[in-house]
Amino acid sequence: MNQDKALLAYVSRLGDNALILGQRMVELVAAYPELEEELANANFALDFIGQARMFYSYAGELEGQGRGEDDFAFLRDENEFRNFLLIEQPNGHFGDAITKLVLFESFYLLLLEALTHCSDERVVAIAARAEKEIRYHLRHNTHWFVRLGDGTDESHERVQGSVDSLWQFTGEMFAPDEVDNVFEAEFNGPDLFNIRKAWQANVESMLADATLAMPEDTWMASGGKQGRHSEHLGYMIAEMQYLQRTHPGANW
Amino acid sequence: MVALQISSEQVFDWLSEVPDPEIPVLTIADLGILRGVVIKDEIIVELTPTYSGCPATEVIEQSVIDALHEQGVENVRVKRVLSPPWTTDWISAAGREKLKEYGIAPPAEGASKRELLQGKRSIACPRCDSLNTAVVSEFGSTACKASYKCGDCLEPFEYFKCI
Repeated sequence: MNQDKALLAYVSRLGDNALILGQRMVELVAAYPELEEELANANFALDFIGQARMFYSYAGELEGQGRGEDDFAFLRDENEFRNFLLIEQPNGHFGDAITKLVLFESFYLLLLEALTHCSDERVVAIAARAEKEIRYHLRHNTHWFVRLGDGTDESHERVQGSVDSLWQFTGEMFAPDEVDNVFEAEFNGPDLFNIRKAWQANVESMLADATLAMPEDTWMASGGKQGRHSEHLGYMIAEMQYLQRTHPGANW
Repeated sequence: MVALQISSEQVFDWLSEVPDPEIPVLTIADLGILRGVVIKDEIIVELTPTYSGCPATEVIEQSVIDALHEQGVENVRVKRVLSPPWTTDWISAAGREKLKEYGIAPPAEGASKRELLQGKRSIACPRCDSLNTAVVSEFGSTACKASYKCGDCLEPFEYFKCI
């Protein structure tokens, strides 16, 4: 894979993770039982969608075929999205949603930090912007994670269940493929091995604070980065793309 | 030819009057998002967005174009400059004063990673300056604000988050 192709694939994948997670969070808008969390969730979703727009706009320019952010979001099929399987999992209950966010964001924050040192200026700029936002998210979401884990017997048990069931989707984040390797070699990109070590340490301490047990080593699901998704993504994309598919080019 | 007759300082001055759509007491210059004006074949206005998903970004860009059209300047392009990323430290001293008068506590200076992760600092009430205040919600009416209440004058207020 040449350098240009790897950069395009890498940037559009960053956009996919941000968009799909943002869209999942949008499903919860107006569904939270409490105003503060309602606002937190909506604001965080907006950050992710804003990040997706910046990554997709750049991907469109790199590709050079006149596609813009909306084409990437609304006119690609399920197998063209390269987001992690973790991201596309249904929201479940509040503990599931929070657990998914802390597992992903503690990875994403490390990744963004590393990206601010890569050699592509535009990626550096977007990552520097996004890093600040994710730091704020993670602070808020970690508080909830600890509160739920170290809360009542009921909340402890349920959030331990969330950790146990989502754990199998975490391995994929650290498994480098050709795109990651070329990006690391040619653009001074993130070293996923080091990121994994740092992530593991952060997650261990977060689990300890939350009085939760670290899951045993287990089989890890993968395929999202190659476009082989769980059954959940298709339904979500169908809803997200409905308007553009039904009324192509609709604008307001 | 119009472009040749006006200076970038003049354009910057005109644009300094453009209000922020969400906090209209502040101008885009107070907020620190108006980064520069470059005059070439066209007039390029450099803006730095606040938050990635800030819904005001497009509105601000349109206001900039409209403001220059009103001055008879047609050949305008807005360029989004992402780097370095915007920080609340760029809000001017005048901007901080206006925020306070408007009833929004200005952001603490010295946005750092530590601040974002821990965020423990006393915020003065914009009405009575008391430090006896408490967070009601980390989130407010827009992505950039948190909600507080004052323990002395008992008024609720918004705090412009430090980022």
